[in-house]
Amino acid sequence: MATKAFQKIYTKVTQITKATCSLKASGVGNEELATVNGKLAQVVKIMGEDVTLQVFEGTEGIPTNAEVIFLGKAPTLKVSEQLAGRFFNAFGDPIDGGPEIEGEEREIGGPSVNPVRRRQPSELIATGIAGIDLNNTLVSGQKIPFFADPDQPYNQVMANVALRAKADKIILGGMGLTNDDYLYFKNVFNNAGVLDRIVSFVNTTENPPVERLLIPDLALTAAEYFAVDHNEKVLVLLTDMTLYADALSIVSNRMDQIPSKDSMPGSLYSDLAKIYEKAVQFPAGGSITIIAVTTLSGGDITHAIPDNTGYITEGQLFLRRDSDVGKVIVDPFRSLSRLKQLVIGKKTREDHPQVMNAAVRLYADAANAKTKLENGFDLTNYDERTLSFAKDYSEKILAIDVNIGTEEMLNVTWGLLSNYFKPEEVNIKQELVDRYWAK
Amino acid sequence: MSTKGKVKGIISNLVIVTVDGPVAQNEICYIATGNTKLMAEVIKIIGDNAYVQVFDSTRGLQVGAEVEFMGHMLEVTLGPGLLSRNYDGLQNDLDKMTGVFLQRGEYTYPLDEEKLWDLKPLAKPGDVVEAGSWLAEVDENFQPHKIMVPFTFSGQYTVKSVVAEGQYRIFDKIAVITDSEGKDIELNMTQKWPVKKAITCYTEKPRPFRLLETGVRTIDTANPIVEGGTGFIPGPFGTGKTVLQHAISKQADANIVIMAACGERANEVVEIFVEFPELTDPHTGRKLMERTIIIANTSNMPVAAREASVYTAMTIAEYYRSMGLKVLLMADSTSRWAQALREMSNRLEELPGQDAFPMDLSAIIANFYGRAGYVHLNNGATGSITFIGTVSPAGGNLKEPVTESTKKAARCFFALEQARADRKRYPAVNPIDSYSKYIEYPEFEEYIAKRISPDWTKEVNDMKTLLQRGKEIQEQINILGDDGVPVDYHVTFWKSEVIDFVILQQDAFDKIDSVCPIERQQFMLNLVMDICRTKFDFSNFNDVMDYFKRMINICKQMNYSEYQSEAFNGYLKELKEMLILEPVAE
Repeated sequence: MATKAFQKIYTKVTQITKATCSLKASGVGNEELATVNGKLAQVVKIMGEDVTLQVFEGTEGIPTNAEVIFLGKAPTLKVSEQLAGRFFNAFGDPIDGGPEIEGEEREIGGPSVNPVRRRQPSELIATGIAGIDLNNTLVSGQKIPFFADPDQPYNQVMANVALRAKADKIILGGMGLTNDDYLYFKNVFNNAGVLDRIVSFVNTTENPPVERLLIPDLALTAAEYFAVDHNEKVLVLLTDMTLYADALSIVSNRMDQIPSKDSMPGSLYSDLAKIYEKAVQFPAGGSITIIAVTTLSGGDITHAIPDNTGYITEGQLFLRRDSDVGKVIVDPFRSLSRLKQLVIGKKTREDHPQVMNAAVRLYADAANAKTKLENGFDLTNYDERTLSFAKDYSEKILAIDVNIGTEEMLNVTWGLLSNYFKPEEVNIKQELVDRYWAK
Repeated sequence: MSTKGKVKGIISNLVIVTVDGPVAQNEICYIATGNTKLMAEVIKIIGDNAYVQVFDSTRGLQVGAEVEFMGHMLEVTLGPGLLSRNYDGLQNDLDKMTGVFLQRGEYTYPLDEEKLWDLKPLAKPGDVVEAGSWLAEVDENFQPHKIMVPFTFSGQYTVKSVVAEGQYRIFDKIAVITDSEGKDIELNMTQKWPVKKAITCYTEKPRPFRLLETGVRTIDTANPIVEGGTGFIPGPFGTGKTVLQHAISKQADANIVIMAACGERANEVVEIFVEFPELTDPHTGRKLMERTIIIANTSNMPVAAREASVYTAMTIAEYYRSMGLKVLLMADSTSRWAQALREMSNRLEELPGQDAFPMDLSAIIANFYGRAGYVHLNNGATGSITFIGTVSPAGGNLKEPVTESTKKAARCFFALEQARADRKRYPAVNPIDSYSKYIEYPEFEEYIAKRISPDWTKEVNDMKTLLQRGKEIQEQINILGDDGVPVDYHVTFWKSEVIDFVILQQDAFDKIDSVCPIERQQFMLNLVMDICRTKFDFSNFNDVMDYFKRMINICKQMNYSEYQSEAFNGYLKELKEMLILEPVAE
């Protein structure tokens, strides 16, 4: 961000808050970038001559006579093939010691895709994890978050999914990532020998929180470059979106906006939608798939962040520790992939939808039986069978350490059904039972 | 002389403009930036300052930019050729836009100016006409599209001439009418109307009573909606709102279906784009897309246009209603519209109501639902707009302002329930919490007795009572245990499960089960209620469960089979045998 000779320098800051500062200036565009004593800032409000800037690094140490220089452009990213394999900070500057990127300069947070130009997602993403592939099948062009408590291994599962997904590029947007997790991702990608397919934009917990606001837009601008200009299948990993939303609330608070539910800004839905809706299947073959992480507080999905997210994304993957088998599982009740209907039974075997539903229904019966047991009631023979089924199902299908093909997942499930139930107990179409019931 | 102004302040998409002349509330203006013009609407005026909400991104906009006021409110263009089109919230034709990405400031004309329409005159010289009177008719996708006297006209006019039958373009002169002062007015096929005002060219709005068949059992049988009725579907995410809404829009017995995707997922709209041209209307056998208009303002499109989108959709619905057609309008989701109102209210620094929504939210929602309805037109014909909106309650809590305000305005309530969705009992509409106020209308009762059967209302009522009883028993069993209640209770509980599995649950993804015509619904309900009225004599509760599970399985197979096919009748026979062989009490 070198300054140019003809730029006017302002030196009288009239107001300073923790995240913003104001000054009198003219000829300034909305959302234009500026530097305040070398710190990057963006115009968020103009009222006559009064211009308010949001300072990404925070305003610590900014004096009233700070040098303010307007850069005449909105935030941009230079895009080219050189992005591949590189690590950047929230301003798009390299943090891996490598050279600056040369390429076309593009504004980040660009326009949305015309809905009539989108193609319907139809390509299955196989992860080997049955809790995902069987019950919550992912499709390229989809956007889906993990809803998980901070103690759950979501980053590991996400890294596994990313590596098995056969994407042309994987773009990591790390927001408030701990340094340890950042190194974990770097190591995993390095060990898998895929570093040349990875682009990372990272804001760690050591960086100021407001900087995070730029991460998703940077990651998605890079994603659009590869998906549109090179027709590549791009997978974007965003972790952790809860910390992104927290940064939004900090800024809106400093701007004296009236908070809505859970102290979040009233525009939270639109702000999140702008990011997630970048997931798309382009007509020319490229696609952007977004897998995000939204950490929860004690599994509470009614909080404004997971709640708004759930309404935007195409489902959610819910991780939970199952004490009966001692493993982390993909919760079949609260997880959902909305786009699975586009591929299951079409790209996968015909029995997929019904087998999936039957197994989950029986798993729900097991949950009822468990409640009965805990309340000290006698169990019926059926109850006992559902409980044994649930344990096997949890271990062989739902656990996140499962890694098998989709057809095998179906066969394993049919096997479990016939182990514990009679055909008339599973409510599956007769012709499918006739064909697949394990004898 | 139109009013001009200059930009004075910018806060996100709220722009403050200093004006040099008169401006009206809700007037449209264009703001110049770079080499494009951004459309905006006046939402507040203080002195010389007009506060406008911009329907696009304001990135790069500078203080001092030129603004031109248009002298009219936000309008839609009405005329033949609206059907099958995909519009954004401001009625721009999305298919006419260039490029994969939406360009800021690109506005496209909603109709086809060159297409020739087969026109037949309806009025003749000397006829006295008024706003909304039918002058001619064109064939639009096999719908009789009426060319009407513009709704903005007031008073009476005399028809001077109407063109002869033939082919015409939308801007060709098709009629001349004379006003009371003898002035001639030339009319073409198009007209404009401000979206925020209701079109009221009808004589009366009686209470609606005719069933609008949707093919969804839990609606038609349990809580029916009527032609010209209103309903809403609230539900936490993942409970199947969109699937249910799509099912209704695909299957409903309406002439015109308008879908407003308001702040929702783009991929869901794409699903409509892909499916509707392929699927056929079960009532006419024509392609679904032929009767459908899509207003797509997805969640990543500008917020202010999201608010406009529902009004755009409603105005187009009113236009078709004035032609004497049955219109179904679906809006998904009205919560996103309310959130757009909240964002703006917040920027205007208005004092907030509950959850930071504007104070008049309830009035705005009631007013909007009020535009739907069944009407008698001036010429004696009838038309209707049935409106079904979805609500996305924050945190699944039905006590939030949007749900509560909507509950006051809508007459049908289809409560989607997380617990049912978790157990994969789809559609996850809770049969006990949901209601349709139309059931209580004597007009409806009379109609349905003729349409289906005289004892239908009673049959449905018995079904609901049994469902309620089943729920109570289930709670008792949860407290007292299986052997803590009489075997009889188990029988009643399992009868309610039969209703749930066979009538209420329906597989929206199965070709046959997804659409259930009313005759079939009648057959199945009678069958299930016959089972429920049978007295059974079991010695223990395990036998009860086994028996009814088998029965449910047979009934489900029936639902999956073609109505009255060999397979269907085979299962029916199996079921009847089961009823005879088992321990039926004397």
